[in-house]
Amino acid sequence: MGRREIHLRLNGGDRRVEVDDQTLLIELVRSLGLVGTKLSCDTQVCGACTMLLDSRPVSSCTTLAIEADGKPVETIEGLADGAKLHPLQEAFIERFAFQCGYCTPGMIVSAKALLEAHPQPDVAKVRHWMEGNICRCTGYQTIVDAVLDAADKMRSAR
Amino acid sequence: MLRRFDVHKVTSVAEALDLRQRFGADAAIYAGGTELLLAMKMGVARWPNLIDVKPIASLADISATRDTLRIGATATHWDIERNTEVRRVLPALAQLEANVANVRVRAAGTLAGNLAFGEPHADPPSLLVALGARVLLEGKVGSRSLPVAEFITGMYETALAADEIILAIEIPLPARDVRVAYVKFQILERPSVGVAAVATVRDGRFVGSPGVVVGAVDEMPRRVSTSQFAGADAHDVGTREAIAEAAGAAVEPTADLAGDVEYKRHLVGVFAQRALASLVATAA
Repeated sequence: MGRREIHLRLNGGDRRVEVDDQTLLIELVRSLGLVGTKLSCDTQVCGACTMLLDSRPVSSCTTLAIEADGKPVETIEGLADGAKLHPLQEAFIERFAFQCGYCTPGMIVSAKALLEAHPQPDVAKVRHWMEGNICRCTGYQTIVDAVLDAADKMRSAR
Repeated sequence: MLRRFDVHKVTSVAEALDLRQRFGADAAIYAGGTELLLAMKMGVARWPNLIDVKPIASLADISATRDTLRIGATATHWDIERNTEVRRVLPALAQLEANVANVRVRAAGTLAGNLAFGEPHADPPSLLVALGARVLLEGKVGSRSLPVAEFITGMYETALAADEIILAIEIPLPARDVRVAYVKFQILERPSVGVAAVATVRDGRFVGSPGVVVGAVDEMPRRVSTSQFAGADAHDVGTREAIAEAAGAAVEPTADLAGDVEYKRHLVGVFAQRALASLVATAA
């Protein structure tokens, strides 16, 4: 109560950290130097702060850090394999699926959860899943294209 | 940023009720946090204690008997939309749940929490009222069960007592020939208008009167008075227009960023007609 130690499994790493009960997941993760995840609307609307908690996409701006105790947390920093980008990251670059880039980490993390649940989504599925991720630059078409491209690539790599 | 509070994880209903009694108005029940933490961040609500009921294993259950679907208090929208029993016995609810807010809210938020918050701009209440669902409550002095229509008492207001917790939502399953529909209009994260319709259509006519409940537009779900449409021709455009008019008259829309009063009343009529059309289209 009040303040407690949690077992954090962040992007495959294992560590124990002490947090206050009211600490938000995004506050904890960014304080550890992982600042790829962005805070924007702070009301669960925009998706910029999306992380995967136990494989489910969550708004880390409205999730308590203590919820992560013992569960895997994945952020944008966990996707690349060393210098090798994740197929979603490559597809976002190839399709010019970002301009300012502020929404991109949340977009890509959200798309990763989508492709884990539905490896072969159609356009409608991509749009429905991603409708809670807001981009003010691209107009979404290139984002949808990138997600579909990545799905193709990941499928043929299997 | 959140102001300081303590989270108390409980593993049994008895433990939750002990804390409810001990803290009274100084504690809120915490599960998904999708509404609660937002309100606390905005500073419109403050509780020094949150009672985390997620560790109570029995509250996560979703199960169906022959005539009732029971959804435990910590079942999330995500759990419900994917649950094979729900999809089999009440596909309209699975469909509604698959379109609540966004995927992140669905992954964390619970149906019980949605009701407990009393947010008027919500999808589930109108369908649950139309189906005659009940909220099962447990308190120190005993249990009670309230129809959703009585559980929600106003904007952000419910009949949940400070010493009670929600155990489950119980939904009577409609008979096999009853058709259920929920349609909504939404431009932002929350529905501007939602209409639930429940009816049996046989030989092109309503058997009894169709049930129509309008949500999201008023302070709480409103049941439309439809007794004059008992046995009416379900395919008749005139019937549907008359029901749509009755739906518009049943609500006192709240003007907000999603529209003014007259616009929303118009939407109610349009969506009431769509809900009925969708019922009739799937009727035998």
